[in-house]
Amino acid sequence: MSDEVIWQVINNQFCAFKIKTTKDQNFCRNEYNVSGLCSRQSCPLANARYATVKNVDGKLYLYMKTAERAHMPSRMWERIKLSKNYNKALGQIDEHLQYWQKFLIHKCKQRLTRLTQVAITERRLELREEERHYVGVKPKVKRREQTRERKALAAAKIEKAIEKELLERLKSGAYGDKPLNVDENIWKKVLGKVGDEEELDEDDEELEDEDLEEYDEDSDVGEVEYVEDDGDDELVDMEDLERWLDDSSADENESSDSDDSDEEESKKRKTVGDDSKRKKRRPRVEIEYEQEEEPLTNIAAS
Amino acid sequence: MSSNSEALKNIKNKQRRQKLFASLKHEKNKDRHTKRAERAKEERANPELKEERLATNVPETIESKRVFDETIQDEVEGEDGFESYFSADTAKEPKILLTTNANARKQAYEFADLLMEIFPNVTFVKRKREFSMKDMSKFCINRDYTDLIVINEDKKNVNGITFIHLPEGPTFYFSISSLVDAKRIAGHGRASDHIPELVLNNFNTRLGKTVGRLFQSLFPHRPEFQGRQVVTLHNQRDYIFFRRHRYIFRNEERVGLQELGPQFTLKLRRVQKGIKDEIEWEHRPDMERDKRKFYL
Repeated sequence: MSDEVIWQVINNQFCAFKIKTTKDQNFCRNEYNVSGLCSRQSCPLANARYATVKNVDGKLYLYMKTAERAHMPSRMWERIKLSKNYNKALGQIDEHLQYWQKFLIHKCKQRLTRLTQVAITERRLELREEERHYVGVKPKVKRREQTRERKALAAAKIEKAIEKELLERLKSGAYGDKPLNVDENIWKKVLGKVGDEEELDEDDEELEDEDLEEYDEDSDVGEVEYVEDDGDDELVDMEDLERWLDDSSADENESSDSDDSDEEESKKRKTVGDDSKRKKRRPRVEIEYEQEEEPLTNIAAS
Repeated sequence: MSSNSEALKNIKNKQRRQKLFASLKHEKNKDRHTKRAERAKEERANPELKEERLATNVPETIESKRVFDETIQDEVEGEDGFESYFSADTAKEPKILLTTNANARKQAYEFADLLMEIFPNVTFVKRKREFSMKDMSKFCINRDYTDLIVINEDKKNVNGITFIHLPEGPTFYFSISSLVDAKRIAGHGRASDHIPELVLNNFNTRLGKTVGRLFQSLFPHRPEFQGRQVVTLHNQRDYIFFRRHRYIFRNEERVGLQELGPQFTLKLRRVQKGIKDEIEWEHRPDMERDKRKFYL
């Protein structure tokens, strides 16, 4: 059959390799097609003299067929292994397709270029360790997980659990002696309910002390009176200090307590050495003490 | 009851049958309501009855029927990689590097924004394709980071998150679902940048405790209570619900909560030793065949 007859059939009637598109250009999926397009020039069936480049198990070959072998389908294609060196491979193509159509030479070179690029990319992808693990998820499993999540959320009653936990922290004293996150009245009520009386006493005393000091902070007028008050206060502090020290000698208290005593010792030193103007700075020291006091609830709760 | 159903069956006319069925159902409902009202009245007069009823009538739940796990209530034994954070002398402030998968889309960056607001001391870095997670971990160790978080986005959905504890691991991979932005939560508040408190609920088994310690190590030890913010990770049936609230103690028994958002759900998929080394635990779908068996 002449090429022209074959092309008439392929073009106008039917070709198993043709992929019709809505656009003007049709595609060809014959693996010997050099360009992938369905056209008279690049049709491997309708050309007795044809050449292409193929990748067979990672090696590139130049395939050629001529009209002389057209009657022997088993020996129709002559193939030449191309060099791994891209430039040499181009030379090989030039050499073997010396008097062929310009179109085929050009397309074979283009195909060689593309296949070389693909090989490089493949090698690079192979080398790179894949970070993502792809795990297939069956629709049934997906649906089951969604349902169970929904039901778990309903069973969790998250807000109630949070409220309970926060109240527990408040009542167990995890927020320290003078919490910043509680209204004062509520805190007093909570303290009133706390069981251990000793603890309660200590807390109360501390509260009173703090109240006194805050009061001092507020009153700026009447310096002489202020000094006298402060002196009294200092006496109380001294007593406190002694009591603290006794306590710590009797049984090891928390670190916060020892901090406290250090604090007051330093105060004592100041008051002994300095005049009343220095004493005014004391509330600032008090603020520092609060920050040191922060308890480690993020660790404590689990 | 059976006689009723018999009677219903014998009626051939569908409309009449439906009518009868509706009336029977109505009667039953009415009966139940009157009984409930009576009981409520009795119990109001005599509160002990209610206590008694609640004590005897405890519903069976999946949680109460849970398959026994011998590691529940055990102390954490051995090493899980977080000791250095919890022992006082080697403790470091958490310093977190946040990044996404390579070629991430907008959704991953939006989620990264959310996480930036949640975790204190976090830096975001745009992911470069040439560096694997192991490479990044090395860079992070050199720069004194304590955690590396990698968001995974797939088909324009954030679907996973990897936590790598540095310098020695372990590595956790969670899937993420039900991500709800704060904007879509009705009555949500605006978060402040105080260090939040952390509430970890129901992390009971050994694996669960390790996961709990992972989350603890992401937040600094010292919450700033004046912010009144609380971050909750609530584990229920192996689903970990993330919520963030602002609270106020209304009185000594009541707490008001305002949600700050976002919400999302985590599910543990894989735990690896070291930095993405040997797999220690991996979730398989057949683990869920028994719905009363939980691992966290």
